[in-house]
Amino acid sequence: MNASRLTLKNIDIRLHGQILLELDTHVEPGAPLTVMGPSGVGKSSLLAYIAGFLSPDFQASGEIYLGERCLNGLPAEQRKVGLLFQDPLLFPHLSVAQNLMFALPSRAPDRARLVEQALQAVGLEKFGHRDPATLSGGQKARVALQRLLLSQPKAVLLDEPFSRLDAHLRQEIRQHVFQTLRDAGLPTILVTHDAQDAAASGGPVIELK
Amino acid sequence: MNRTSRTTRSNFRIRYWLLASSLLMTLGTSNTLWAQSPNPSDWASVVQKAHDQALYFYTWGGDQQTNDYLVWVAQRVAEEYSIRMTHVRLSDTADAVSRILAEKQAGNTDRGAVDLLWLNGENFANLKNNDLLFGPWAEQLPNFALVNADANPGVRVDFTVPVDGYESPWLRAHLVFYYDSAYVDSPPANVAALLAWARQYPGEFTYPRPPDFLGTTFLKQALLELTDDPDPLYRPVNESNFSTITAPLWGFLDALHPLLLRQGRTFPANGPELRRLVADGEIALAFSFNPTEAVNSVIRNELPESVRTHVPDRGALANVSFVGIPLNASHKAAAMVTANFLLSVPAQLRAQDPQHLGGTPVIDVGTLSPAEQAQFAASRQSHPAAPPLMTASQPLQEPHPSWIDALEQAWLTRYGSR
Amino acid sequence: MLRAAPWLMFGLLIMPVLAGLTAIVLPAFGYLPALQQTEPGLMVWRELLNTPGIGRSAALSLSAGLLTPLLSLLLVMLFLASTSGTRWAHAMRRLVAPLLAVPHAAAAFGLAFLIAPSGFALRLLSPELTGWQRPPDLLILNDPLGLAMMLGLVLKEIPFLLLMALAALPQLNPDQRVTMARTLGYRPILAWLWTVAPALYPLLRLPLFAVIAFASATVDVALILGPTLPPPLSVRIIGWFSDPDLNRRLLASAAALLQLAITLSAIGLWIVAEKMIARLYRKLLLGGIRLSGHALLNVAGKSLMVITLGALLLSLLLLVIHAFAGPWRFPANLPGSWTSQHWLSVGSVLLAPLSNTLLLGLMSTVLAVLLVVAALEHESRQGKATTRLLWAIYIPLLVPQVAFLYGLTLLLEQLRWQPGLLLVGFAHSLFVVPYVYLSLAEPYRRLDPRWQQLSATLGASPNRTWWQIKLPMLMAPIATACAVGLAVSIGQYLATLLTGAGRVSTLTTEAVALASGGTRSTIAVWALLQSAVPMLGFVLAITLPRFWWRNRRDMRGQLT
Repeated sequence: MNASRLTLKNIDIRLHGQILLELDTHVEPGAPLTVMGPSGVGKSSLLAYIAGFLSPDFQASGEIYLGERCLNGLPAEQRKVGLLFQDPLLFPHLSVAQNLMFALPSRAPDRARLVEQALQAVGLEKFGHRDPATLSGGQKARVALQRLLLSQPKAVLLDEPFSRLDAHLRQEIRQHVFQTLRDAGLPTILVTHDAQDAAASGGPVIELK
Repeated sequence: MNRTSRTTRSNFRIRYWLLASSLLMTLGTSNTLWAQSPNPSDWASVVQKAHDQALYFYTWGGDQQTNDYLVWVAQRVAEEYSIRMTHVRLSDTADAVSRILAEKQAGNTDRGAVDLLWLNGENFANLKNNDLLFGPWAEQLPNFALVNADANPGVRVDFTVPVDGYESPWLRAHLVFYYDSAYVDSPPANVAALLAWARQYPGEFTYPRPPDFLGTTFLKQALLELTDDPDPLYRPVNESNFSTITAPLWGFLDALHPLLLRQGRTFPANGPELRRLVADGEIALAFSFNPTEAVNSVIRNELPESVRTHVPDRGALANVSFVGIPLNASHKAAAMVTANFLLSVPAQLRAQDPQHLGGTPVIDVGTLSPAEQAQFAASRQSHPAAPPLMTASQPLQEPHPSWIDALEQAWLTRYGSR
Repeated sequence: MLRAAPWLMFGLLIMPVLAGLTAIVLPAFGYLPALQQTEPGLMVWRELLNTPGIGRSAALSLSAGLLTPLLSLLLVMLFLASTSGTRWAHAMRRLVAPLLAVPHAAAAFGLAFLIAPSGFALRLLSPELTGWQRPPDLLILNDPLGLAMMLGLVLKEIPFLLLMALAALPQLNPDQRVTMARTLGYRPILAWLWTVAPALYPLLRLPLFAVIAFASATVDVALILGPTLPPPLSVRIIGWFSDPDLNRRLLASAAALLQLAITLSAIGLWIVAEKMIARLYRKLLLGGIRLSGHALLNVAGKSLMVITLGALLLSLLLLVIHAFAGPWRFPANLPGSWTSQHWLSVGSVLLAPLSNTLLLGLMSTVLAVLLVVAALEHESRQGKATTRLLWAIYIPLLVPQVAFLYGLTLLLEQLRWQPGLLLVGFAHSLFVVPYVYLSLAEPYRRLDPRWQQLSATLGASPNRTWWQIKLPMLMAPIATACAVGLAVSIGQYLATLLTGAGRVSTLTTEAVALASGGTRSTIAVWALLQSAVPMLGFVLAITLPRFWWRNRRDMRGQLT
């Protein structure tokens, strides 16, 4: 996989003319950037801006590069930026396998096998036909991560993905996610207000106020 | 005749009006109108033209029996003439009149929605006076001879307005009273006697509120009975003597209303609702313009078997129902053929049969062959609720149609808001 | 394509109304050349003002337009307050949607069967309690003040408002608000009234305006239950439009404009009253009333709703009884014998009206759902709500039907459009679109935007996202919207009659035509047929998604 850095140039996000956030940095593969700060400082707006669906209520400027590719102006689905939300958000009307299948690019060969492998990788090979509502919290989180990887992103954004997990699961899933993303060599931005998340990521930390 | 120039003039007016309301569009011209209309004198060509034509027959749809009868008519004209008839049921005949008017306003002179319309009296007068009817055609129908119009001049006049062949007779009707003998011993002999009767039986009678057709009929019947000189009623209303002529009627109603159901504070909407009041036992006396309505309703279990029919002894309002063809009808040939079929012996026989329509034929049964006369005699009813036969002296002719509106307006002014 | 949808909808809804209104303005001022009336002036208005009882008619329309929504709103709010957070609300939602399917005319007939002097209620009491062997001579239906008519309207508007309120409530987090207020010492009902009701009201405002417009201009309910001497203005307009004296159409046009003015004044008065009540309400709220009246409100809220919905259900039951009743004379509690004769006699003429009804419902509903979904999807992709459009959508509901449909018919004639199914379907969609929008907009907007965002980050185009994610997830609300659309289309009387030139017969036009002459049993059969089709629609809309998603647990909770 061709790893390339994610560059954020002079990012400036405002709401009703008031500055929420200014940022100028870059993210290397294997060194996740953690953005920390209390709620309401615009962390999620930053991710929405990078992913390409910031609400028109906000005024934002600044350039986003993925390697040499400028993402500004591209619609969200062409940016190749994956996103993990606070909730696993498995599509409730699709089976577990269909959730994964949905993420696979249509040109991928042998789609069924790829899905099968992805399930095997997290020890859920028997769960393909299941209703996602019947999975445990940890299983859902793993499926959500596998789904993200199958969409073959070039960068990943994490929006407090561990905050809703039970304490004993949080540690385990956190390890799993960071390990997987490091292995995939994807530049990653993590937004959180949990210092332990920042510590586990092993990358630079920016604190917003 | 100057019909062409009149059409042109009204076309000009319509065009002007459209411009004024900034609804710019082109209007079809109507020069071909008369060229395309079938000629009823050449009956074979009319029948040929009607072959495979559609027909939209508009009638008041409130009577299930009439509706069923027209289902049969549709089957027969399909079999005999290949006419595809659609029966359009209206809650009010005037809806069709308004449709025809709207089409005229729009300059639609040959593709009208209504092909054949059941009408009489005021609707006829209005359509005829506004040049909205096709004709003359009715007396050229082959079956018109069965009506024997020279001996029955009533079919050539509709509420004093000369028919002039602009509509074809269909059925006869006259006013009768019916009463529930379980609750009252005898009905009033006539409308004038009603007041004394109502004092004896308060709350046992009411009438539909004008301008319902049956309610207005009650006003006309009462006025004809109460007035000393009925002659002015057969001429157009004259404002100068309207109040003098109608004074006895208002005096009568003023005295009657407190004795009616609900003390005259509300009136039923129409004849069927009046019948429901009898069926529910709310009133014991009602009236109808279909002499066999009580019989039909008893047969259908809608009225109790104790109901009896009675013809007012000072005469009863009588008239003829007609069918007319709008000037802009799309299928005039099919309309004429169907109107002719309605006058045929089988159609009139079935119309008289209480199992089907239970009406009064408009053809002169006396001129038919003995075998056919026997058929009509056999289907005549001998039901306990059946009315006695009308005698020749009993029919009261309908007043001039202008009285209808004048009476209705005067009634509404006096009683319409309290 | 999508961008055009809101404008297309705008045009579809506004143009016919404006055109229809324009077409009656000239006749109202004495200009109708087809009748040789070519001298414009105010004489029509003078004639209208001199019509006996016109003031009374106008007052009736105005008071029905104000009292109906007021009573309905009070009952709905009290009920919601007294049942918030209980199982009642859930049960009610199930019950209410099918009740909404009952056309106004059918409900009015049922109510008349219930409360008339010879009706079911007095039959139950007679002769044992009352000693009556014959119906008493009581003025219950068609009372001069219009109370029976308003009762009939309230019975039908309560399910509508209740459904609107239940749909709007979740976004307000009522439980949280009530809990919050309870911790401050407020009893639950007062907590709801002080914290949830003020937030809920703005969301019910437009539906309430629609109720005002409907109640101030109703024709069918007024014909069945309303006063007659004089009737409300709308009934007189219809009478004048169909008067054999064609010149009375001028009067009808002027009266239609007067009707529009009355409806608008009713809405205006309502807005003024809103302001005054809001001030009073705030004073009460800040007064800190925590405890008083709780028991009374509790009992009143629940029992009044049980009584009204019970009356509606009983009315429907009476339709069923009458539809199978043999002779049934006062004071028998039940018919002496039962028969299927009334159904058989309908059978011969049923096919055409039934197929027309279904075709029209399908046509107008499909068109409406396509337009509404396209507009909502456009809005969702823009990320902004177009609130101005919302008013446009309400126009056909706010302008009285009698005021613009006649003019519209005139106009269609001038365009030489042949009356037929297509034209009538188009006229139906004028009223179907607003209700479909009302029913679908909220669930559509409430769908978590993260699903769409997530799908995009997984590389799916907006179209693929719509087909594979949003459409299936919104299947239940879309199905409900379809059922609503179908019900609205089936209920249309004037629109069908006028634009179809009477040639297009539907269950409703047949029911009303026969109502002018039918027996109770025939009326009951048609009213039931008229109710059965939309009810079937609602049953399907509720059960089909449930069945479809029987193996998807999280898809089952969010229905309707």
